[in-house]
Amino acid sequence: MAEPMKIRATLQGDTADVRILMRHPMETGTRKTSSGVVPLHFIQSVVVQHNGKTVLDVQWSQAISRDPFLGLRVKGAKLGDKISVTWTDNKGDKRTDEVSVAAGS
Amino acid sequence: MRQLRRQFLKLTGSASVLTAAVSAGLLKSGNALASTWNKAGFESKSVVDIQKSLGATSMTDSKNITITAPDIAENGAIVPVAVTSKIPNTQSITIIAEKNPFPLAASFEISGGGEGYVSTRVKMGQTSNVRAIVKADGKFYTAVKEVKVTVGGCG
Amino acid sequence: MEIMRGAGFTAGVMLLVTLSLPAAAQNDLSVGRKMLVEDNPGELWIDQGKDLYYQKRGPKKASLEQCDFGMGPGKLEGAAARLPRYFADTDRVEDLESRLLTCMSTLQGFDKNEVAKKAISSPRSRGSDIEALALFITSKSNGMKVNVTLSHQKEYDAYKAGEYLFYRRSGQTDFSCDQCHGEANKRIRLQDLLHMTSAAGAQEVASTWPAYRGAHYVVRTMQWRLNDCVWQMRLPDLKYGTDYSIALTTFLNRRGNDAVIQVPGFKR
Repeated sequence: MAEPMKIRATLQGDTADVRILMRHPMETGTRKTSSGVVPLHFIQSVVVQHNGKTVLDVQWSQAISRDPFLGLRVKGAKLGDKISVTWTDNKGDKRTDEVSVAAGS
Repeated sequence: MRQLRRQFLKLTGSASVLTAAVSAGLLKSGNALASTWNKAGFESKSVVDIQKSLGATSMTDSKNITITAPDIAENGAIVPVAVTSKIPNTQSITIIAEKNPFPLAASFEISGGGEGYVSTRVKMGQTSNVRAIVKADGKFYTAVKEVKVTVGGCG
Repeated sequence: MEIMRGAGFTAGVMLLVTLSLPAAAQNDLSVGRKMLVEDNPGELWIDQGKDLYYQKRGPKKASLEQCDFGMGPGKLEGAAARLPRYFADTDRVEDLESRLLTCMSTLQGFDKNEVAKKAISSPRSRGSDIEALALFITSKSNGMKVNVTLSHQKEYDAYKAGEYLFYRRSGQTDFSCDQCHGEANKRIRLQDLLHMTSAAGAQEVASTWPAYRGAHYVVRTMQWRLNDCVWQMRLPDLKYGTDYSIALTTFLNRRGNDAVIQVPGFKR
């Protein structure tokens, strides 16, 4: 049910520039359609880890845009390091995806 | 959340719930559970109450916080906002859209090698100040940037 | 319905579109646009298109790997950069979307009309097959230059027809594409209008579709864009994949030659 994320992690010097695109409706719970109000449904938490260590612990509200984006930077990264991202939404759905830090252009 | 509760209920009776949880793979060492969602802050309609929920009742304006966002948002439903904090030992960055029905949009706790930089997209219901609150060395700092919105993006 | 015609109405409409955008506001818009296009949710649809391309689907249970997009069956790199172009098997000039319709019916056995009906998806949906496929295939031309050649008579005819249509005033509003897109610094409310008769404007049209349409939360293609323009001009509904749309696309893409393709684009 939870769709794969698109994660880019590129090395700029010794900093990994990490960009994450997630597919999620991020419904505010106030949107009306012909079949009624669409219930609240949004990613509440995102945890980003670098080689198993948490570097960013994110809390989101339903005010974050649909198909949300998260950008961050991690110091002291090296090529091949693992960047892992886990999101959890208010219904308890989860998704984890992982990439290796690649060379920057 | 339900999954987690079931696993915890199975573990009661062991010598230490915590060690049992670790061996069950729920709390891998160096792999903490996500922080508890700031319900009070996220469900508050008042910026002052949000500050209280963050412990940030006293904040100093800082020029070392940069908010990168459009002056005019073409689509209020997808407003890109990036916050850069040059304040040493930045522990967290919080983004507030002051005129949103629920102003607290996002909170980012930085640890390990994480830099004082975050970027995301927010829905804005109307033209408003976007406020960043940075916690560094236990102290709070803040900056604002006005973002004009022609058509609201909350619906 | 009353037909609104006459100098007064046209002049009023012209006034609306010729207000120039203040210089300061133009800079403001580029900051947000750059941030959005750098990390484009539309990218999430590329893999969706890839799966659809390789999956055996339809009554004939076939994939699209034997589809010829102009460079031979299965050759995707650089193919979209040369579209629209003439195809011998259908004896017509086809753009990417109509070529997909052709292949989905001949190779996979889908009903062309049924696919065309669903080709423009609802906002906030998973998107249509054509939208995802068009994005995937065009992404295989990312970094390459638009290269529409007019080497077949029908390609040339399509180009000339497109040019004619671009400047032709039609319908109750007496609009032509040229009136909105034929001059610099025009806008409708806050939306700036591409100056398509300039090289830069034509290049942007030719290289940024398919695109994520922010307001719809799905990927849109050039067929949708033309469909929407025709609707806004209060002309009769534009049918999917018609010669009208292919002619305009041939004209615009050819004018946009040498633009470097970078999809998905990001539109408001």
